[in-house]
Amino acid sequence: MFDLWDKVQQVLHINTPRGFTGGIVHQNQYKITGGDSIVASPLPDMLVHPIKQHIGDPCEPIVNVGERVLKGQMIAKAQGYLSVPIHASTSGVVEKIEKHLIPHPSGLGLTSISIKPDGLDEVDESLHPLPNYRSVDIVELRERIRHAGLAGLGGAVFPTFVKLVHDQKHPIETVILNGIECEPWLTCDHQLMIEKAHEIITGLDIVMYLVDAKQGIIAIEDNKPDAVTVMRKTLKDMGLTDTVEVKVLPTRYPQGGEKQLIQAITGKEIPAGGLPLHIGVISSNVGTSKAIYDAVCLGEPLTERIITVSGDAVPKAVNMSVRLGTSVRFLLAQVGVTGFDDIKIIHGGPMMGELMVDADVPVVKASNGILAMHKQSIMRAHHDEEPCIRCGDCGEVCPAGLMPNLLAQHCKEDQFERAQDYNLFDCIECGACSYVCPSHIPLVHYFRYGKGQVAQIQREKAFAEESRMRSEKRDARLAKELAEKEEKRRIAKEKKEARAKALADKQAAEDATLSVEAENANENADKGVAKAVDKSEEAS
Amino acid sequence: MIFLSSPHQHGGNTIQLTMFSVIIALIPAAMVSVYLYGWLAVFLLTTCIGISLLTEYWMLRWMGKPTKPVWDGSAGLTGLLLALTLPAAVPWWMAIFAAVFAIILGKQLYGGLGHNPFNPALAARVVLLISFPLHMTSWIVPMHMDATLNMYDFVTSLQFFFLGPDAVKQTWDAITMASPLGYLKTELGQGVTVSQALVNYNYSTLHAFIGREAGSLGEGSALALLMGGIWLMARHTISWHIPISYIATVAMFAWVFNMINPDVYAPPLFHVLAGGLILCAFFMATDPVSSPSSSIGKIVFGIGCGVLTWVIRTYGNYPEGAMFAVVLMNMVTPLIDYYVRPRVYGYKRGKKA
Repeated sequence: MFDLWDKVQQVLHINTPRGFTGGIVHQNQYKITGGDSIVASPLPDMLVHPIKQHIGDPCEPIVNVGERVLKGQMIAKAQGYLSVPIHASTSGVVEKIEKHLIPHPSGLGLTSISIKPDGLDEVDESLHPLPNYRSVDIVELRERIRHAGLAGLGGAVFPTFVKLVHDQKHPIETVILNGIECEPWLTCDHQLMIEKAHEIITGLDIVMYLVDAKQGIIAIEDNKPDAVTVMRKTLKDMGLTDTVEVKVLPTRYPQGGEKQLIQAITGKEIPAGGLPLHIGVISSNVGTSKAIYDAVCLGEPLTERIITVSGDAVPKAVNMSVRLGTSVRFLLAQVGVTGFDDIKIIHGGPMMGELMVDADVPVVKASNGILAMHKQSIMRAHHDEEPCIRCGDCGEVCPAGLMPNLLAQHCKEDQFERAQDYNLFDCIECGACSYVCPSHIPLVHYFRYGKGQVAQIQREKAFAEESRMRSEKRDARLAKELAEKEEKRRIAKEKKEARAKALADKQAAEDATLSVEAENANENADKGVAKAVDKSEEAS
Repeated sequence: MIFLSSPHQHGGNTIQLTMFSVIIALIPAAMVSVYLYGWLAVFLLTTCIGISLLTEYWMLRWMGKPTKPVWDGSAGLTGLLLALTLPAAVPWWMAIFAAVFAIILGKQLYGGLGHNPFNPALAARVVLLISFPLHMTSWIVPMHMDATLNMYDFVTSLQFFFLGPDAVKQTWDAITMASPLGYLKTELGQGVTVSQALVNYNYSTLHAFIGREAGSLGEGSALALLMGGIWLMARHTISWHIPISYIATVAMFAWVFNMINPDVYAPPLFHVLAGGLILCAFFMATDPVSSPSSSIGKIVFGIGCGVLTWVIRTYGNYPEGAMFAVVLMNMVTPLIDYYVRPRVYGYKRGKKA
């Protein structure tokens, strides 16, 4: 049923998504775990929670070493507005709070809270469930979503509560649920939609209630027909078919990008520098939606997520439900990967994911996939760079409408002003350009380099500007002090002169008859002035 | 450890694949040239390709660069394209000169693959046309017409190729004829109308389409070229933008002016099928290195080529303008790339960051 009607719609262009600029087709590539049921990962012997797992300001630990924590207990509180707290993912004792490797390509560490599980998995029940969320105040719901530590689970980890504003100036009409999952290999959202359809749709309903949206759209690519069927059936069962609809989109990368998805569904573009809410849309990942359900209806903070553990070096790829903080090495051991000599680990999907320098990194809120790849297959993608033949394929697939070949050339030659003129900062780093490049030019790498350099230059500029301001202030202050001193000196001098003159006048009046004496007196008065000047100079 | 940035997967396209696809797409045209001009075509093709590869190899060795790029297909493609633009009357030394020029001055001196401002094959062809106009505008009568020169005979062809017409006891006039474009130009100069000139020439649109008119080796058969060109478009090796906008512009101009005065201006179909237009549109103007990289820029480029081609053919001294048009537009490519940019997501057209 799915195939026929959706195909007809696509062919006849009825009610179909309008697509987005550029893009490439992966068509089900390597989605070997599609349709595999989610298995729970066992409890590891250590859980590591980095204090920053979202976009924004890092959290501040609120537990001490040696303290016992419960599952779901807040262990680090949000700092600043753009921040969400972090919760323990099992009960146990805080063993240490120190730097630990995090999933970042630099291999740098970040302060992390390590918890030694006690195996009891005791739950902190301070958050009470709110199953009748429609009767709860939206401010309280929003606070709950923040308190539960929710951030976008699609990979960008933008704090969820920030999006859920009921703004009078920008009324939200449509809530788009992102079930696209356009990265090759990854299937966690796919399987989640099949197994947790009810929870996902309830989460969507909560969001629609929060922002007072009239329409909900669940976007799924046509390489996941089973998920489409399940979602449509669940919608019918829940009686939400009037407000929420499932839209099937042709498989294309990077359709899962927020900007691209919104363009594909509504035909509207988010204005440069704007947010989706500026065009009356918000979008959220299906995993986030399920987490919203957990946080609101079950009172469970975000302590675990679904991850696809796959890759060509993995003997038995799975979709796993994993506690946040579990180490990647532990996860890969579950699927039969033990030796790491010939293996590279990707955190995320192959198109936008990062290569890990070590397997001892914890799973964080952003982890949607862990791929273990043979070194050769990675190196094949990172072939030696050849000269650009300017074929323009990169520009054709660029979803942002950039000219990647020229942009990369400017970045490579450190011409950052030119690069910005070619809209360097509108690049979303999807990797489509590098993927199609016949010369194997690592275009995205150059863009990242360029962005980093520009940021560095701006920092330096700001610093220089600050120093200049400081020095100017100092100069101004010194000049003012000098002027004040001069003024004082001038007044003193005037007073002295006046006094000397008065004295001279007096003497002149007294000895008016003796002109010679009067002249002497005048000389004395002059000397006196000179002395006074000398003195005041000494004083200064 | 080397830092590797995402993506960690690649679509599998390579320079070699791109170049060899174009070479494969040109095989039908090359086969037609062998049918029309026998061994002479074979000699020219092998000479141009062989000398191009050799020059590329020696040039890279001389500059102390790795010689692996010889096999990326670009030098071979340059040789092949060059041969297909040459008339069969070209002798061996001229072919060698053109191939050496194309590789050294057309490509390597600018920094090799990806840095040449002009299409190397076309640049070499332009130099030949200006330097040796006699050979470059003498069109040998193809074999299927009453050719006095038996080009299917290996020895005769070899003698002609190396020693010229005297060696086979022929004169230039006896073995050559005018191309449709050249004939039309001369006749129009003498006040004959277009339709009368075409009848005098015994011109047939069908013959021009399947490739039975005199001309350069590869430009004869529109059919063979279209087969290759459409295959390349289907494979996404070339995009439709340049060929379609180029040919459409020429046809548009020809149609409008033909409507105004059919006696002086040739009809659109004649323009499209004549000379090197289709070869240039599908294989020369689409050379990625010397054409703009954005789709919209490609359309501008194609329109520019079309206008210039028609203008040169109609008002210029040379009967054929396609190759000059492409070379001239090659010069404008950086400018097009600078000014004509695609609209960036989230911006209004024409507005910059």
